[in-house]
Amino acid sequence: MAAGVGKTVRMLAEGHAELMAGRDVVIGLLETHGRAETAQAAQGLELLPRRTVRYRQSVMQEMDLPAILTRSPELCLIDELAHTNVPGVEHAKRYEDVEQVLQAGIDVLSTLNVQHLESLNDHITELSGVRVRETIPDSILGRADEVVLIDLTPETLLDRLRAGKVYPAERIDAALNNFFKIENLSALREVALRQVAEEVGAKRLTTVQVGARGESLAAQAPQAVSERLLALIEPHPDAQRLVRRAWRSAQRLGAELDLLWVRKPGEALTAEQERSLAALRQLASVLGARMLEEESDELAGAVVDVAERRGTTYILVGHSRPARGLARMRLPLPQRLMELLPGVDVRIVADRAMRPGAEAP
Amino acid sequence: MSPFTVIAIALATMLLGVAAGYWLPPHGRRPRSDRPRPVRSILLPFTGEAISRRSFEAAVRLAKAENATIMPAFLARVPMNLPLETALPVQSASGMPLLEAIEQRASSQGIPVDSRVGRGRSARDALRGLLEQEHFDRIIVSADEDPRRGLSYEDLRWLLERVPAEILILRPAPEDTRLISSEGVSGHF
Repeated sequence: MAAGVGKTVRMLAEGHAELMAGRDVVIGLLETHGRAETAQAAQGLELLPRRTVRYRQSVMQEMDLPAILTRSPELCLIDELAHTNVPGVEHAKRYEDVEQVLQAGIDVLSTLNVQHLESLNDHITELSGVRVRETIPDSILGRADEVVLIDLTPETLLDRLRAGKVYPAERIDAALNNFFKIENLSALREVALRQVAEEVGAKRLTTVQVGARGESLAAQAPQAVSERLLALIEPHPDAQRLVRRAWRSAQRLGAELDLLWVRKPGEALTAEQERSLAALRQLASVLGARMLEEESDELAGAVVDVAERRGTTYILVGHSRPARGLARMRLPLPQRLMELLPGVDVRIVADRAMRPGAEAP
Repeated sequence: MSPFTVIAIALATMLLGVAAGYWLPPHGRRPRSDRPRPVRSILLPFTGEAISRRSFEAAVRLAKAENATIMPAFLARVPMNLPLETALPVQSASGMPLLEAIEQRASSQGIPVDSRVGRGRSARDALRGLLEQEHFDRIIVSADEDPRRGLSYEDLRWLLERVPAEILILRPAPEDTRLISSEGVSGHF
């Protein structure tokens, strides 16, 4: 999530656990940033010394990749995955070093802040106003066997910062005035949680197999919610098509699906409508969609209420029947919804069977 | 003609226009009462990712002849380790596109369609649940030598013995391998 949450300490704790389990563990690279807590956590683990690299007039310390490969442990702990190496060593970026270590058959535990992911860099710059220069391709994270999120509330992190557990005393004020603002940390936390949820979701989907076992896994694993779809239905056979289409869209977006029927107060249903409604409820249940029923004279108003309450990001409506009389002078429902719910996508689901040439051979 | 009369005639014409717009069906559509109402329902249950073209065509022929609604029904099986009310996204991923394909084909031939989804511990259990909720005039099933692709012979016997509807069982036709599958969906689904 951010500097100071405890990534390195957690990595070292994992290293200790592996060592206790009998594995050969070494620290390939450790960045303590002068934190006593981190240095203490590294005690008891073998630490490979850094190598000296001369660049222009400076002498720098870098991870010793050849030494790691020669030592060839079972597990190597390498801090700061997004680090950019000093020119003159094997690779420009540390994640490339890590790839070589992995190719040598050595397992790696590493650390990364969410803002270092390439795809999120612009988004986080927009949120925080601070651009992070060192990034790694998202595919590197995608190849990790396991991603562990080190989560800390923004308030706790700020307490740690003020207590001098993150930066030395002379840097605390500057940090508080720049990156370490509560709104920045909240945004970073949200992005980090979402990113890990998506990683987990993607892995879950690749492991789900069709059949009883697959259905069991799918049922037990909740979806990560980022979008929420709302389909407007009526107790009519055509609504089934709308629900199916909405469900497919929800599946593609990894989103939750709500179905909404706005019933006029005191409206009595025909037997045919009752049957359609029962069929829609059954369909919703099988698909895992939530069926909502509201009583209102004002359709658009009721939809807006539900959309705001449920955090809807996407509304699907069927093809409306042609308006009659004075209703022709009113804005059609999709336009009214777009006006009333700015920022919410509105999609009109067509009847594909009506497309010219739609009839299959 | 006084200006008052002209305004009165114009207003009357406008009111007449609005009233006509309200009462007359728009765009030359036939009034609802003039349209033939389907009176019979034909259930077309399926369990897998495809149904035989023969059973679909039989359903379409009968629906045309009898002015009936085709009711394709996807029968989903709930594994024993899950509650009966559980959502079934994996099976739905194959069943929903097939429902869509059937509906598109039937609609394009002018046949009204009203889909159903049944859920049970087995295909028969799911079908039983559907039949308990609703009456269907006719049920069309295709006998298949491979019970994994649909209803078994025992299920068919159960249908004939227990279900108060006309049952049309199409004999297996190994030479006719034409199927309707989700690949027949028009446009992305």
